[in-house]
Amino acid sequence: MNESTLILTLFAAIGLGTPLVFGTVGEIITERAGNLNLGVQGMMLVGAVAGFWATFNTENLLLGVIVAMLAGAALSVVHAFASVTLRVSQIVSGLALTIFGTGLSSFLGETGSEPLVGEPSKATFEPILEGGLADIPILGPLVFGHDIMVYVSWITVAAASFYVFRTRMGLSLRAVGEDPASAESAGVNVARVRYIHIMIGGAFAGLGGAYYSLALVPTWQNEPIGQAGWICIALVILASWRPSRALFAAYLFGAAERIQFTLQTLGEPWSNVPSNLLAMLPFILAIVAMLALTSGKRARFLGAPAALGLPYFREQR
Amino acid sequence: MNLRNWRLIAILVLALSLLAAACGGDDEGDAATTAAPSGDTETTAAADDAEAIKVAFVHVGPVADKGWSWAHDQGAQYLEANANVEITTLESIPEGSDSQRVFEDLAAAGNQVIFGTSFGYMDPMLAASENFPDVAFLHATGFKTGPGMGNYFGAAEEGRYLSGMAAGAATDSNLIGYVAAFPIPEVLRGINAFTLGAQEVNPDAQVQVVWTSTWFDPPKEGAAAKSLLDAGADVIAMHQDSAAPGQEAEAAGAKWVGYNTDMTEFAPSAWLTAAIWDWGPYYLKTVEDFVAGNWEATAYYGNMADGMVDIAPYGDSVDQATIDLIEERKAQIIDGSFSVFPDPIMNQDGAEQPLGDIFSMDFFVEGVIGSPTG
Repeated sequence: MNESTLILTLFAAIGLGTPLVFGTVGEIITERAGNLNLGVQGMMLVGAVAGFWATFNTENLLLGVIVAMLAGAALSVVHAFASVTLRVSQIVSGLALTIFGTGLSSFLGETGSEPLVGEPSKATFEPILEGGLADIPILGPLVFGHDIMVYVSWITVAAASFYVFRTRMGLSLRAVGEDPASAESAGVNVARVRYIHIMIGGAFAGLGGAYYSLALVPTWQNEPIGQAGWICIALVILASWRPSRALFAAYLFGAAERIQFTLQTLGEPWSNVPSNLLAMLPFILAIVAMLALTSGKRARFLGAPAALGLPYFREQR
Repeated sequence: MNLRNWRLIAILVLALSLLAAACGGDDEGDAATTAAPSGDTETTAAADDAEAIKVAFVHVGPVADKGWSWAHDQGAQYLEANANVEITTLESIPEGSDSQRVFEDLAAAGNQVIFGTSFGYMDPMLAASENFPDVAFLHATGFKTGPGMGNYFGAAEEGRYLSGMAAGAATDSNLIGYVAAFPIPEVLRGINAFTLGAQEVNPDAQVQVVWTSTWFDPPKEGAAAKSLLDAGADVIAMHQDSAAPGQEAEAAGAKWVGYNTDMTEFAPSAWLTAAIWDWGPYYLKTVEDFVAGNWEATAYYGNMADGMVDIAPYGDSVDQATIDLIEERKAQIIDGSFSVFPDPIMNQDGAEQPLGDIFSMDFFVEGVIGSPTG
């Protein structure tokens, strides 16, 4: 693999990892509040169709992004209501959300007088910041020339990191995720914090979904995101609940997704590797990385919120 | 009554009201949709003095994919317009043993002719056909038949060869990328015919194959196309049902050879042409034979001469000389004076070998880069 192949591969990995960055950061924020939302796949799909629909009708990408985020957040309220207000099992509620969201996105794509399904997008994100600084060796071609959403994802990561670890709201968020009873005795409204952060998670999942339907594959097709939602949930663990690490976890996954094809173009001996084996690569990588991170002493430093997955009963301490 | 019970009641009420809302909607929809067609069939039944025959189609993806399943659905619509039929269409039915239940449900529901349009339905459909001997089962792209199951497919390689000619003429880098689905004979025939066509007009052209192990996974197929473009390919061909490879080619300023249908709208400036399908006349003839009692469970292999296979409209960048050349070859294929695969044939290693049975083809021809086993 020569230098230019490597750079082109890494450049593509950043693009393929970008929707995962959004989905993973969103889920980290949700899980930091002690709520496990397994509905990411469903929220991403609904965001994908909603964003595509808005852009299809207005030719406005910004509007598409906003609508996708609103749709993801709106869907997440279903999970918030079930798991926070009604205290249903978060696992069950999240799984139901994925099943519901998957069906809903396909349904929305096929309904109406002019169904979206099979239509190319009316607008798509174009590369920006090309030329000039892109001549810096190695770093230049990797950093410049992406579409704007890649840069938005970097800002999102930085902002999420700052919010979770450096603000008062972030402190409340982490307190609710670690020990909701203590947080409440300190005057934090546990239910409200969980609602808000489930919705933030939903909004970013919707945004990640829209990156597929507006940038990576600018067409509406049923379930155009592969298994991205599930991958995001695995990446949260890989990122050990830190937004900054989510960036690298997502790019690692994007690289694995891309390398299975790059290797096939490199000729002998790479082309002798069975492609089915290569297709498993991202998933093997995720499993190995998670095992390495969650086994033995390292698990203690992983930083999973202590109250993750537990419903909070105020009167039953 | 304590708080817990109230919550339970709240959930139940919520669930029931959702269910009621969903069912209410469905009932109305069903009533509306069934009312109109049943009225229609009554009138036609009175006129034809015959009852509509129930025909079912089972697809692996959405019929709106504008690709493989869409082409079959166009055929179903042609059938509906030309025969007294009542069509049931099932989309996105996964391949594998679970599909047997789907075929049996359709047979039990009174469908008399059932078409399954994807390779992986072969064994489940064969098993279902043994349980419903009076129903005609037809499987596309497979190689098995049974007392109650026929199979059908067409010589896509004829269209592939012609689309390969367009690709060979369009490439400047002499490297054509091919996003391939699964290493099965159908796909290998397509790649080989495409390569032979490309090399007829451009002996230096080589075809780099990348396998995705998918029939329909747009992000994956797009990523595979991008890896080929990054490796220096300036024309992309593909086998899967999504337009994602074409959109990658369009974004990179490269050219694109599609498959199944005219997909110009997805990548207007990249579009060259494609091997395409016209299933309608075959579906009509099969159902007519069944109604007349002449249907037999045989294997049918259509081609360019009977119209099942064709080549899509050309993109703007295909020059007239190339079009003339392609049309000349097309006429020769139709009148039988030109055959796509020579016998013996040069394989990937540059050695001559007998062509053998093309339905179990397991090798690449000279000029293909990649592994024929996936």
